[in-house]
Amino acid sequence: MAFYRAHVLVDTGTPAVLKGALAVKSALIEELKRRGLDKEIKVVETGDLGLHNAGCGVVIYPEGVTYANVTTDFVPLIVEEHLLKGRPVEKLLYKEDQPSVVTAAESPRCNEMRVILKNIGVIDPNSIDEYIAHGGYEGLVKALTTMTPDQVINEVKASQLKGRGGAGFPTGLKWEFTAKAAGSDKAIVCNADEGEPGNFKDRLILEGDPHQIIEGMVIAAYAVGANEGYIYIRGEYHQSVEHTEKALKAAREMGFLGKNILDTGLDFDISIFKGAGAYICGEETALLESLEGKRGESRMKPPFPPTYGLRGMPTVVNNVETFAAIPHILAKGAEWYCSIGTGQSKGTKIFSPCGDVLYPGVYEVPFGITLREIIYNMAGGIKSGKDLKAVLMGGPSGVMVGKDALDRKLCAEDLNPGAGALIVLDEDKCIVDLMQNIAQFFYHESCGQCTPCREGCKRMLEVFNWWTAGAGSEDDIALLEQLATTMSLTSKCGLGQFAGVAFKSSLPLFMDEYRAHLKDKVCPTGVCSMDKVLEEVK
Amino acid sequence: MAEVNVKINGQDIKAQSGQTILEVARAAGIYIPTLCYHSDLMPDGVCRICAVEVKGQRTLCTACCYPVSDGMEVQTHTPKVREARRMIVELMLANHPQECLTCAKNQKCELQKLAKELGIQDVRFKGERRVYDRDLTSPSVIRDPEKCILCGRCVRVCDDIQSVAALNPVNRGWNTLIVPGMCDDLADVVCVNCGQCINRCPTGALKGNDPAPAIWEAIHDPKKHVIVQTAPAVRASIGEEFGLPPGTRVTGKMVTALKMLGFDRVMDTDFTADLTIMEEGSELIQRITEGGALPQLTSCSPGWIKFIEYYFPDLLPNVSSCKSPQQMFGALAKTYYAQKMGIDPADIVSVSIMPCTAKKFECERPEMTSSGYKDVDYVLTTREAAGMMKEAGIDLPNLPDSEYDDPFGVTTGAAVIFGNTGGVMEAALRTAYELVTGQKLDEVNIQAVRGMEGVREASVQVGDITVKAAVAHGLANARKVLEGIRDGRFKDYHFIEIMCCPGGCIGGGGQPQPTSEEIRKARIKAIYEEDETMKIRKSHENPAVLKLYEEFLEKPLSHKSHELLHTHYTARDRKTARKTADKPVKVKVEKS
Repeated sequence: MAFYRAHVLVDTGTPAVLKGALAVKSALIEELKRRGLDKEIKVVETGDLGLHNAGCGVVIYPEGVTYANVTTDFVPLIVEEHLLKGRPVEKLLYKEDQPSVVTAAESPRCNEMRVILKNIGVIDPNSIDEYIAHGGYEGLVKALTTMTPDQVINEVKASQLKGRGGAGFPTGLKWEFTAKAAGSDKAIVCNADEGEPGNFKDRLILEGDPHQIIEGMVIAAYAVGANEGYIYIRGEYHQSVEHTEKALKAAREMGFLGKNILDTGLDFDISIFKGAGAYICGEETALLESLEGKRGESRMKPPFPPTYGLRGMPTVVNNVETFAAIPHILAKGAEWYCSIGTGQSKGTKIFSPCGDVLYPGVYEVPFGITLREIIYNMAGGIKSGKDLKAVLMGGPSGVMVGKDALDRKLCAEDLNPGAGALIVLDEDKCIVDLMQNIAQFFYHESCGQCTPCREGCKRMLEVFNWWTAGAGSEDDIALLEQLATTMSLTSKCGLGQFAGVAFKSSLPLFMDEYRAHLKDKVCPTGVCSMDKVLEEVK
Repeated sequence: MAEVNVKINGQDIKAQSGQTILEVARAAGIYIPTLCYHSDLMPDGVCRICAVEVKGQRTLCTACCYPVSDGMEVQTHTPKVREARRMIVELMLANHPQECLTCAKNQKCELQKLAKELGIQDVRFKGERRVYDRDLTSPSVIRDPEKCILCGRCVRVCDDIQSVAALNPVNRGWNTLIVPGMCDDLADVVCVNCGQCINRCPTGALKGNDPAPAIWEAIHDPKKHVIVQTAPAVRASIGEEFGLPPGTRVTGKMVTALKMLGFDRVMDTDFTADLTIMEEGSELIQRITEGGALPQLTSCSPGWIKFIEYYFPDLLPNVSSCKSPQQMFGALAKTYYAQKMGIDPADIVSVSIMPCTAKKFECERPEMTSSGYKDVDYVLTTREAAGMMKEAGIDLPNLPDSEYDDPFGVTTGAAVIFGNTGGVMEAALRTAYELVTGQKLDEVNIQAVRGMEGVREASVQVGDITVKAAVAHGLANARKVLEGIRDGRFKDYHFIEIMCCPGGCIGGGGQPQPTSEEIRKARIKAIYEEDETMKIRKSHENPAVLKLYEEFLEKPLSHKSHELLHTHYTARDRKTARKTADKPVKVKVEKS
């Protein structure tokens, strides 16, 4: 193996790529070659460094110096000054008042506990060697060579790992159902159709450390006896697809995928399937329909996928984050995993605070942390220095909580965090405007299959449109509440069931603001155009 | 299946595991409203009307597809359930044209019934309503997408029962729309015109293309001689349109009613059914003895014919060249009948009353003009014929009986059973046995080919030959048989009867609604009863048919027969069925 005196890590997460990271990477390689440094310094692509609003980030090891907002113009300067002369370029340094001086994993700004994200920004996601060097495929080798499938399932059950896609179904139980289901052909499906607004954790894992998913899925395949695997990746996640494809190829070459894996007799391979942009396909049964080439519509349940899944096969469908946790549980044991978290929520959870916070991003923490710690200690508090108004837990389909929930713990027994998005709103935001925005989203994404969701989302949007235009009436509140109740009680799948949840949970918090819109025809925050409409009328 | 104990509304009920809540409740006499559920189709659970409360569940459960389990406790009409159901219906109505009074489905609409049941008196959502153009392109089915509530029954019947899949959803969410093909007109896609979608539609979104106005005009035109033929299946079902229970035979009353309507002659398609047996039976014997494509497939069902033309054109040589009884009748009416009566065929208006919407397409086929005119001018479905009777104030159940008119009025029991699955086969075997062996058939009722299974097979000894026969109904079953012919499983079969619709013609797309297996069985029972009451039960003994041969056709498969009673088929290309591909969906929105 070649020895390099320095490694230059280029952040090639999607936000950085949009800021020109790939050009920076090529320019670095060219410049090093031009100066004859390419044999002693290596340029490496890495996952999202978590440098927020800081353009393309570059980290230089062994010093661990981080540069922000790097463009191709600065490349000769960095090479000349830092790599040749050993003097960090002061003006490009990631500043102290900004988070993360080095890498997110070593960041002093927070109490992050990185288990799943530990390799992100550290290793080259396209190198299986680096993954293995950081403990990768240890869990797989241990599971496949020293444990029986039952023991694997029992270990996962003992870890009390729950699905990280939002619903929180016990993973071990799901695997057990699938293992015990009749039928010799079974399938493992990874739900990477991360569509819930505000969530971007799965993207980070797939871009920054895709081997974890493969490892988790192979362990699952061994546990339940599956031969087919699919990763259903959101269509817009080009880099996730690219990195995962490379990872699959490398894993195949290493013998972690394919025929007779590790001489255990297990035949298992994974294909990537790209979604086409429908939010509904993140619902597991709609995802399966889509995977079968059909219209993305949820199925009736029961039967659930563990008994009747892909093409009728017993199927495990798990979220990216869930599969990513598996190798660690197998490698370090369920006992270790259970030592993290709370009574009902074990392990770590990846949160993605966004909206009006200073440092939106991805943070991995143990369950049980308070909302305040994430928003104020990690995400830097409210961007504008203003007051917090509300937080949407998990995204538009989650409940809305107000300021009084800041000290609640994020775990199943207190405040359920859903898939992990925390959409933070400051006091300038109008609640009706927000509801209209959410209603627009569900109206657009409803698959149209069942009546309450198809028609209900439309009517809900219409009513909010009227409210923001000053055309609402107080009676509408009761009507909408009843509609939201019907939708949550009778919709066929989660989409419709949760479309009205934010509104219902916002009612006790912001009744005065709703009344102001409906009775006094005033938008207290001045967001709704109704004020303009009314002024024009005057 | 294990026995489980379920409690519904506090009542202890024994059920089988695997049954749905709806099945268990219905068996126990507990009513749960439904809309997208249909007993013929796999439940889909999309309308959500059948929501019930199941103890321990976070949400309500749809009874139509939720399986019972031991110890389950269900409540069907709690305030929570009733409020949810009312809200769902209100949502449907908010997007439904409020034109019940002028709707073809008025008083037969399941949505209307539901709104009434739930006492909906106001629709609180007053917003946009989707507005679409009607699709009037098909000779058989009129689509009115505005009235569609997206229950998906038409899609499922076309897909699962008929394996045609002409209809499917496009767009998403509130803009979801059921369309033929990829937003084409119905006439431009692979549709076999069977009308099963109409029979399953709960609202007025799908209806038959009704020619009644033109028929009224002809009846009241003194220059026109308007004759009508009635298909075998109609007599066993038209009573339902007048409130009689399914399976009530009203043959004589129907004839009286049609005479009261003003038809100049009321004759029977059964007559040409007997004729079909003579021709098709002779064709079969000829194919067996002289060599020809076997198995011979029946050709009476126009939906089925269009199906094989699209999907299995390679097997068209196996299809009997006989026209359907309707078209044989039409060809003879404007030749033999016109000559006999001394009427100019140009003045004859030939109407048929059929259980079938595909017949509307069949009479339009270019080859169906062997009389020199359009052989059959108009096809009325059973429903549409009843509609004319009602408009004329005719109270069918209380009418006296009348006899059919000559010369096509004398018929046999063998012809009546053409109306249900297995009937053509049985009629053919009755005649073939006697013609081939020269011996009298003692047991006229050939049970081996009766029944409701989708595909039935039988071997019948006819003289030296063991005739291997099969019967299929519903096109998904027909597809199995045709694939069996292709792969050799049905290679040594002689004769296969195929009917397009489930149960045969009695389950046709023009029949009264609702439809279900029970209703179809009741109609079939009536058909067999009618057969039992007939004096003559074998087609070759029909004296009027024999007279027709003597006076006009000479003998089966004669030159004249070939000219008038036989036809040919067209291989259809599924790809070019769509003449107007990529047409954008017409979406207009109306503000209220």
